Amino acid sequence: MRYLPLTPADRGEMLARIGVPSIDALFAEVPVAARLNSLVDLPRAMGEIEVERAIGRMAARNVAAGSAPFFVGGGAYRHHVPAAVDHLIQRGEFLTSYTPYQPEVSQGTLQYLFEFQTQVALLTGMEVANASLYDGATAGAEAVMMANRLTGRKRAVLSGGLHPHYREVCETYARFVGFELAAQSPAPGEAEDLARLVDGGTSCVVVQNPDFWGELRDWSALGRTCHDLGALLIVVVTEIVSLGAVRPPGEMGADIVAAEGQSLGNALSFGGPYLGLLASRDKFVRQMPGRLVGQTVDADGKRGWVLTLSTREQHIRRERATSNICTNSGLCALAFTIHLALLGESGLPRLARLNHAAAVALAERLHGIPGVQLLNRAFFNEVTVRLPRPAAPVVEGLANRGVLAGIPVSRLYPGRPELADLLLVAATEMVTDADMGRLTRGLAEALS
Amino acid sequence: MSEWSRALSAHAAQDIAAPKTFSGNRGLQIEEKLIFEQDSPGLCGVNLPEPAAFASRLGELERVGPIGLPGLSEPQVVRHFTRLSQKNYAIDSGLYPLGSCTMKHNPRLNEKLARLTGLADIHPLQPLSTVPGALELIDTLTHWLKTLTGMPAIALSPGAGAHGELCGMMTIRAALEAGGDPRRRVLVPESAHGTNPATAAACGYAVDPIPANECGRVDRAALESKLGPDVAALMLTNPNTCGLFEDEIVEIADAVHRAGAFFYCDGANFNAIVGRVRPADLGIDCMHLNLHKTFSTPHGGGGPGSGPVALAGTLAPYAPLPWLVHGEQGLELVEYKSGPAGTAIGRLKGYHGQMGMFVRALAYMMSHGADGLQQVAEDAVLNANYLRVLLEDNLSLSFPGPCMHEVLFDDRFLRDTGVTTLDFAKALIDEGYHPMTMYFPLVVHGALLIEPTETESKATLDEFAAVVTALSGAARSGDTERFHAAPILTPRRRLDETAAARKPVLRWRPELPRREAAD
Amino acid sequence: MSAPRFTKDHEWVRLEGDLAVIGITDYAQSQLGDVVYVELPEPGHRVEQGKEAAVVESVKAASEVYAPVSGEVAEVNDGLAADPAKVNADPLGEGWFMKLRIDDAGQLDGLMDEAAYQRFVEEQH
Repeated sequence: MRYLPLTPADRGEMLARIGVPSIDALFAEVPVAARLNSLVDLPRAMGEIEVERAIGRMAARNVAAGSAPFFVGGGAYRHHVPAAVDHLIQRGEFLTSYTPYQPEVSQGTLQYLFEFQTQVALLTGMEVANASLYDGATAGAEAVMMANRLTGRKRAVLSGGLHPHYREVCETYARFVGFELAAQSPAPGEAEDLARLVDGGTSCVVVQNPDFWGELRDWSALGRTCHDLGALLIVVVTEIVSLGAVRPPGEMGADIVAAEGQSLGNALSFGGPYLGLLASRDKFVRQMPGRLVGQTVDADGKRGWVLTLSTREQHIRRERATSNICTNSGLCALAFTIHLALLGESGLPRLARLNHAAAVALAERLHGIPGVQLLNRAFFNEVTVRLPRPAAPVVEGLANRGVLAGIPVSRLYPGRPELADLLLVAATEMVTDADMGRLTRGLAEALS
Repeated sequence: MSEWSRALSAHAAQDIAAPKTFSGNRGLQIEEKLIFEQDSPGLCGVNLPEPAAFASRLGELERVGPIGLPGLSEPQVVRHFTRLSQKNYAIDSGLYPLGSCTMKHNPRLNEKLARLTGLADIHPLQPLSTVPGALELIDTLTHWLKTLTGMPAIALSPGAGAHGELCGMMTIRAALEAGGDPRRRVLVPESAHGTNPATAAACGYAVDPIPANECGRVDRAALESKLGPDVAALMLTNPNTCGLFEDEIVEIADAVHRAGAFFYCDGANFNAIVGRVRPADLGIDCMHLNLHKTFSTPHGGGGPGSGPVALAGTLAPYAPLPWLVHGEQGLELVEYKSGPAGTAIGRLKGYHGQMGMFVRALAYMMSHGADGLQQVAEDAVLNANYLRVLLEDNLSLSFPGPCMHEVLFDDRFLRDTGVTTLDFAKALIDEGYHPMTMYFPLVVHGALLIEPTETESKATLDEFAAVVTALSGAARSGDTERFHAAPILTPRRRLDETAAARKPVLRWRPELPRREAAD
Repeated sequence: MSAPRFTKDHEWVRLEGDLAVIGITDYAQSQLGDVVYVELPEPGHRVEQGKEAAVVESVKAASEVYAPVSGEVAEVNDGLAADPAKVNADPLGEGWFMKLRIDDAGQLDGLMDEAAYQRFVEEQH
C-alpha cells in the first residue's frame, strides 16, 4: 500500500524487538467481543487510477459554476481566485504543517496569521481580529456569546435581515449554552426599528450589512442607542469583498464584527471549508474566542511571532475557556491573506467596483422584465427581486435550461409563503454580459 | 528565573560560531518583512479592468479614506509567501511525533480530487438537482464512516473535532430533555483533552473529573462512585490520552447506561483501532471523528478540519441539520426541522459541512480500503510500541507494558539534571525534529507523549530514537548547555511569550516601531 | 499591620487598619511563572471566603484566586494592569491584589501562620 512505508521484513524485525509474536498481541486489551474477526464490509484498497475514476465520476454529475451562467450568492460567492494563491497554499510547508505551538519552527504560519489579523482589522475598520473561526455563522454565534460575557447580560436581538443560517446557528447555541434571542421576522424591503427592542437587559443587537436581501444600511444610529443602554452592536458581513466599496462596520459603531471570508481565496466547495472572521476593539480582546497571534522578540532580539493570550483557550482554561475551539481555518486564512496581498489597496476597491457595476447592470435589466420587481434601494452585489409567482419552480426550470439563476428565498424560509415569490440574485466580477442576457431572457420566458 | 530569562542569559554565555552577514539573512533563511512594510502604493498583483462609469447604488455608504492595505506585484507576493513557507516545519519535511494529533502523510491525490471543478465550484444553495454527485459523495462517505464505527447515523456538519464534541453533547442533552430527564453533571477523566471539559461546560453541564488509576486507565471504582441520576454523560477517549486502551470499557459502558447516562467517546485516537474495533461494539453512543487526524486531511497550519459525529440510534433523531436521507426519489438533503428531522437540534454551522475535507477523506479511505485501513491501525500501534522499547531504558515510561498508537513518558528521567521537558523539546528542534506533545496529559508530571503514526518508516524511527536517547544521555551527564539555549539553529530562537501576553501587539500599525533587542 | 496569614490555595492576607490586604504567595508566583495579567473585581463587589475573587494568568496557566476572608472590595491594585510583573517580583508587597472591608477579623484565626504555611509548602514536594 503506497502510503505505508513498513515492509513485511520491517514488521518482523520490529515485532521481535518488541518481544511479541504478532501484532495481535498488541491489541490484547481489546475485549474479545469487540474484536473484528474479519475485514469490515468495505471495498479493498484502490490505486490512484481507480480512486480518480470513482470520485471523478461523482464530480462529473454536478453542474459547476464555470459551466453555466451563475447568479447564486446567499452568503457564499463565486469570485476569481488568482492562480498564484492555490499554488502557494499547496506548498508542503503550509499545507502539511501543524498548529504553530512551537513558534521557533512555525514563523511562516505565525507571520502570515499576523498579516491576516491585520488585514481583517483594516477591512472591517476595527482594532483587532483573531486568527479565524470555522465560518461566518459560527463567528456570529461566538460574537453573541462574547457580547454576553462582556455585558453580563443574556439577551441578544437579531435583525430579520440576518442570514437564516446565521440565525439558526445562534438559536442552537442559545438553547444549549443558555441565553435568549429575540429574532426578528424577515421583512425584505422594509425598514426595521431595532432600537425600540434594546433595553438594560440586552447584551447585543446583531445586524448584517449588506443584509440577507442584499440591502445596505447605516447602522450608526442603532450603535449609539445600544451604547447608551450598555449593549453592544454586532455587525455581520457575509460578502467580505463589499468592504472594498462600502463603509466598514468599524465606522458605524460596531463593537464586534463577525464575517465570512470565503469570497477571498477560497472556492465555493459546496459549503465548506469556509473562513470565519472575528474582529473587535482592543479593550475586549481578552474575551475574544479563538487563536491570537502576537508580536514579540526572540532571544537574539529579533522580531518574531507567537500564539498569545492562550489562557483564554481550551487547552489551558479547560471548562472556563472563552470557547472550546481548537482547530480553526488556517489554510483558508492563508488563501485569503495571499489573495488580498495580490489585490492590495488599489485592487480590492476595483474588484468591489466590478462587482457593484455588474449588480447595478443586472438590477436594471431584471427590473425591466415585466412582473419582476426589485426590492432593494441600496445594494452591493446581490439583490432581491419579487416575481409574479413562486420562485423555486422558476429557478428549477432555468437550471434545466443551463442557467443557475439565484436562490429562491423559500429554500431558506420554507415556512413563509409570503416570501415564496422572492429570488436572491448575485452578480460578481465573473458574470458576463452574455450571462446576464441568458438570465433575463430565460426569466422573461419563464414568466410570460 | 523564568525560562525566557534563562534562554537569554544562556545565549549570552554561548559562543555561537556562525558568521554575521550584512543582510541578516543566513543562506536560504531570509529575514522577511511584513507585507505592510513592502508597500508600493498603486502596485497591484491582479490585473482587473475598470468598469465603465455607472450610477452607484451604494446608498451614500461608499467607503471613503484609505483601507491601509499594501500594494504588491505578483512576484513580490509569491516570493514573500515562499520565504515564509521556508520557515515552517511540516509533515512533508519531517516526523511530527505529536501524541494526540496523528500527524500522518497527506496524500496529494486528495488535493487533486478536492479541486475537481465538479466538487470545488459548486454552491451549497444551487438547486439540488444540479449536484447529485455531491450528495452521492456525502452518502458514500457516510457509508464508510458508519461501517467503520458500527453506528447507524453520522452527523457531518461540525467544522472540526471540538465542534463535533459540542454536537455530540448537544444531542445527548436534547435526548435527555426529550425524555423529561435533564441532568446536570458530566464525568470527564483528568487525562482528557481540554476541549472535553470546555465543551461540557459550554453545554451547561458541571464537569466532574475522574482520576486515573496507577495503570493509566480511568479509575472505574471512582467513576462508578460518581455515577448517579444526575449524570448526563461520561466523556471518554479510547484509546486514552496516555496511549492505552481502556480495557474495562465495556464494563464502564454498562455502568454508564445503567445509570441512565450516555457514553460519549472522543475519537481523536481512532487511528489506533480503525478497521480492528468498532466503537459501537464497545457500547459507545456518540463519537466524533477528526478527518484531519485519522483520515489524513491536511492540518494546514491550524485547519480547516472536519469533525463528523457517529450517533447511536437513541441520539440520531437529534442530529443537527442538514440530514442526507434516502428518499423515494433518491438522495434528499433535509435542510429544515420537518418530518423525521423535526427533532433535530438545529444547525451548528452554515451550509452543509466541510465538503472539501469530505472529498479528501473519502479519497484516503478508498485508497486504503478495508484492508489498508486495518493495516493503518496495526502499523500505527506497531510503530509506537517500537519506539516504546527503543526509548524505555533511557526515558521514564509512565505506564509499564504495551501501548497503542502513542506512548507516554514523563520527566522523572530528567530529575536533578536541571533540564525540563520544555528544554528537552527545544533541543530536539535543533536536532531537526518537531517536539512530541509536552505537558499533556496532565496526569503525569512533565509529560512527553509520542505518536509516530503508520506513515513513518522503520529507519525514521531508528534515527529519531537514537537522537532522543543521545539527548537524554546528554541531560543526565551534565551536558546541559545545549538544552537551555535551544533552539539556536532555527529561524528564530526562543521567543518572549511573557512580553507578548503582557503587552499584546496583535496587528501591524504604521506608527509602531520595530522592536529591537530587549531594552 | 498584622503578620500575614496563609491559605492552602497559596493566598495571603494581612490586616492594615480596618482593611484586609490580599495577594498570592511567593510559592504561587513561582509555580505560575511570569504573570501576564490579573483580573480583579470592581470596588464595591462582595467576595466570600473560599470563593473566587480574582484570576491570575501566566503564559501557560490561569488560576483562580480565592478570597481568604469575606468582605467588600474597597480597593484594587491598579498598578498590576500596567505591570503584572510586580506579582512575581514582590508578591507580598507591591504585588498585592485587593483590599477588603472585612466582616469578621476572626476569620484570619483559622488560617495558617507563616511557619505553618512554610511546612505546608515543603510537604507539597
